[in-house]
Amino acid sequence: MSTANTEHPVVHDHAHDEEHHHGNFITTYIFSTDHKMIAKQYLLSGILWAFIGGSLSILFRLQLGFPEMDMSFLRPILGNWISETGSLDPEFYLALVTMHGTIMVFFVLTAGLSGTFSNFLIPLQIGARDMASGFMNMLSYWFFFLASIIMLSSLFLETGPAAGGWVVYPPLSALPQAIQGSGMGMTLWLVAMVFFIASQLLGGINYITTVINLRTRGMSFARLPLTIWAFFLTAVIGLLSFPVLVAASLLLLFDRSFGTSFYLSEIFINGEALPHLGGSPILYQHLFWFLGHPEVYIVLLPALGITSEIIATNARKPIFGYRAMVGSLLGITILSFVVWAHHMFVSGLNPFLGSIFMFLTLIIAVPSAVKVFNYLTTLWKGNIRFTTAMMFSIGLVSVFISGGITGIFLGNSAIDIQLHDTYFVVAHFHLVMGSASFFGLMAGVYHWFPKFFGRMMDKGLGYVHFWLTFIGVYMVFFPMHYIGIAGFPRRYYSFTTFDPFGAFADLNMFISIAAIITFFGQAIFAYNFFYSMFRGRIATLNPWKSNTLEWTTPLHPGHGNWPGEIPAVHRWPYDYSKPGAPEDFIPQTVPFSETPESNLPYENELIGIEREGKDTEKMDEPHAK
Amino acid sequence: MTQFLIGVGVVLFLVILLTIFRILRLINVARGTDKKHASSGNRINAMLFMVFLIVGGGLLVWYSVTEFEKYDPPVASEHGVVTDRLFWITMAVTGFVFIVTHIVLFYFSYRYQYTDKNKALFYPDNSKLEVIWTVIPAIVLSVLVFSGWKAWTDITDKAPDDAEVIEIMGYQFAWTVRYPGTDNQLGAYDYRLIDAENVWGIDFTDKSSFDDFTSGTEIHVPKGKPVLFKIRARDVLHSVYVPELRLKQDAVPGMPTRFWFVANKSTAEMREETGDPDYNYNVFCAEVCGRGHFSMRLRLVIDEPDEYEAWKAGKQPWLQSNPDYLAKVPSDLKELAVISAGISPVTEDNTAEAEKIN
Repeated sequence: MSTANTEHPVVHDHAHDEEHHHGNFITTYIFSTDHKMIAKQYLLSGILWAFIGGSLSILFRLQLGFPEMDMSFLRPILGNWISETGSLDPEFYLALVTMHGTIMVFFVLTAGLSGTFSNFLIPLQIGARDMASGFMNMLSYWFFFLASIIMLSSLFLETGPAAGGWVVYPPLSALPQAIQGSGMGMTLWLVAMVFFIASQLLGGINYITTVINLRTRGMSFARLPLTIWAFFLTAVIGLLSFPVLVAASLLLLFDRSFGTSFYLSEIFINGEALPHLGGSPILYQHLFWFLGHPEVYIVLLPALGITSEIIATNARKPIFGYRAMVGSLLGITILSFVVWAHHMFVSGLNPFLGSIFMFLTLIIAVPSAVKVFNYLTTLWKGNIRFTTAMMFSIGLVSVFISGGITGIFLGNSAIDIQLHDTYFVVAHFHLVMGSASFFGLMAGVYHWFPKFFGRMMDKGLGYVHFWLTFIGVYMVFFPMHYIGIAGFPRRYYSFTTFDPFGAFADLNMFISIAAIITFFGQAIFAYNFFYSMFRGRIATLNPWKSNTLEWTTPLHPGHGNWPGEIPAVHRWPYDYSKPGAPEDFIPQTVPFSETPESNLPYENELIGIEREGKDTEKMDEPHAK
Repeated sequence: MTQFLIGVGVVLFLVILLTIFRILRLINVARGTDKKHASSGNRINAMLFMVFLIVGGGLLVWYSVTEFEKYDPPVASEHGVVTDRLFWITMAVTGFVFIVTHIVLFYFSYRYQYTDKNKALFYPDNSKLEVIWTVIPAIVLSVLVFSGWKAWTDITDKAPDDAEVIEIMGYQFAWTVRYPGTDNQLGAYDYRLIDAENVWGIDFTDKSSFDDFTSGTEIHVPKGKPVLFKIRARDVLHSVYVPELRLKQDAVPGMPTRFWFVANKSTAEMREETGDPDYNYNVFCAEVCGRGHFSMRLRLVIDEPDEYEAWKAGKQPWLQSNPDYLAKVPSDLKELAVISAGISPVTEDNTAEAEKIN
């Protein structure tokens, strides 16, 4: 991370920078209030968490693919979680599944994706010096860091981390006598999540405020890059849904520690009838999924935003249907709040409510379908450059389709009876939410690496990484559809007792091998990332010939982003291959008055307004700072 | 030894990685491809997308066709036939979309790869197209939802009055069942009455409970007759799951749930169909419930109606096998309990004793 500012910006006359002083190591790299540094902190934390979360999945894939395997060689790491005979402890298996889910969903795909790119791109793409509150932004990262430490430490408890699945449904998660992980591990899980949510709220308020208030001159909402629309709406979703998880967690904490009965009723366990009466485990499920479902879109929308930007840039074409893209983002945002109970069709929910949620759920498929069709049309008659980022974006569209259409099965409550909690669900969400968001994250890293570190990542390694990952995720998750259709339930330690239709031992082994290869293949990325950070080719200012504002900053933008005045914006960000234009891109900073040869009729009319605007803007100047 | 080998493997892997990287880099520098917008890598990647489409599509079709029998589970309930049909209709519709969009995605990627000569088409929007592909998915989805909704309301509708009522209870880590006996009424229960023998917490102040009988090793249901499962859990969430019946319903502590169905294939018929003489239906658990979640299993037997009646007739009321619990019966109901549970004269002595204790 330390390379970021080792070379001082080429242009170093910021009148602006002086008020910030050049900080020491601590204020520059650790307690930094610069959104770019905070973004890098999130990115590095996210990558680290991704490797931790991934390695947990390798452990349980070993168990599923090779149930007879002697795992004694893991005893130095896992200790007594591996029995004397070399088999994995079934409770630890559940703990692995739980922590893999928690880490991947929250710490990698929420913090790593949204935290990195919202922080990095919002000020750079809307033309702002920094976030609305740099201090709150810093606080957001450090709350996340604290949450990380707490969550990580729970992995080392003697009783193990939380083990009731990443949804931590009570009563299992409320009763230490039901499973060891519901002891201290669960307490730490809840505490970590509360800090995590605090971090998300601090970040989200900042993103929203910044987008609304700090756009540069001319940057109307209709001229925002789709990335910003996606980050903005993601923050709105997070702000409205995360607090509900705090409530759910607090009530669970009360049930666990103070004897309340929000979720517990009529329980007899370990020879003892508990005094709890009148609570409802279903209440928890409602509260959890009120966040849990929007959460899916919290991890997905930023990926879709990033992809929109990258596909347009590298297809050298305007994104098709900008308005429809924004409209579908808005539609998804609103609908994401009214579909949560489709996770609960067989939970004991009133069947009438099930019907309502089935209708609402299948409506949300429409905006998602529109997005896919728009991506495809954007590629049509393009002039496609396969940068690594573009490859990952195309990969995202592919896994988004594959995972998305299986949602139509699961959203149909009649079909869901059979498929619920089987491997079909695992295949579905790993493709549409896990892989799609991961591909968005990777696309973003490859695309904006030159802006992050002023250097290029290696293309060849990028291609190898992409193909390994792309083929890998399909080899891992596609076969799971078959296992799911055959009815195999998820979160099963072993299928020795579940053998009605012949075990899928061969397919499970195949999946595990593919998962191991794909996981270790990510080392190529890690190597490329860290090597390029220090030794990569020095980037040019606008390596992808892109229109957005971040490419108008110096190679190593200082705190404040632009030396001197913030550029004004005169057009939307997707003027690629405009007929008549000499180049195949026209940056947002170029006024219509300078491009008479390529202007559309209505754009010529805007030239007059541009001129008038220049005069009034002079008076607005303090506001732009 | 294994650790050593793994270590060697990792080192080798890294060395190979480094070598490849170095070579690629040198080639790039030598060719000066870094400076071009689109090097030969562009063409290769475009082609690889087509290869991926063809090979991946081939594998998909091959496995889906040849292994169909393996992953298509047999069905043994009337509503299961309906949901299976819905499943395959949805598969046909979405499968079509899946294949077409993927062909388009990879073909466009290949067809419109970068060349210096070309310029992309400036094509920012087309309202007509967008309306079309908003409306068509909406219509198709409405049809799917509507048929799903109809099936769902039928399945979750009130059970017919003549349904066989069976209580099934999950606990860590097993299923156990209770039948209502000759009066067709399940007795009341209270979780505070649970003890080592009376694991259901049957309440013997309710006269419906006297003839109830239980089974912890097998659950029998009749073929061709509506069966209503009354489902509950004693400790944590469980989920009743019988794959062949397309039946899944969570068991929730403190909130009884239900699911009714009509089985249409007896165990014997299923053994014949699958050609496996040892084939058995089972009740599994589909909601994570702890260490033994994966091993929760109860054999389910689907009988012809007459076999089912015979099996039922052979079962003793729980109270008969556990006459100690007569002590819990209120004195005014004791006589009725003795008759309903069919307690023999020998055990009536126990009753007398129990009364004395009272």
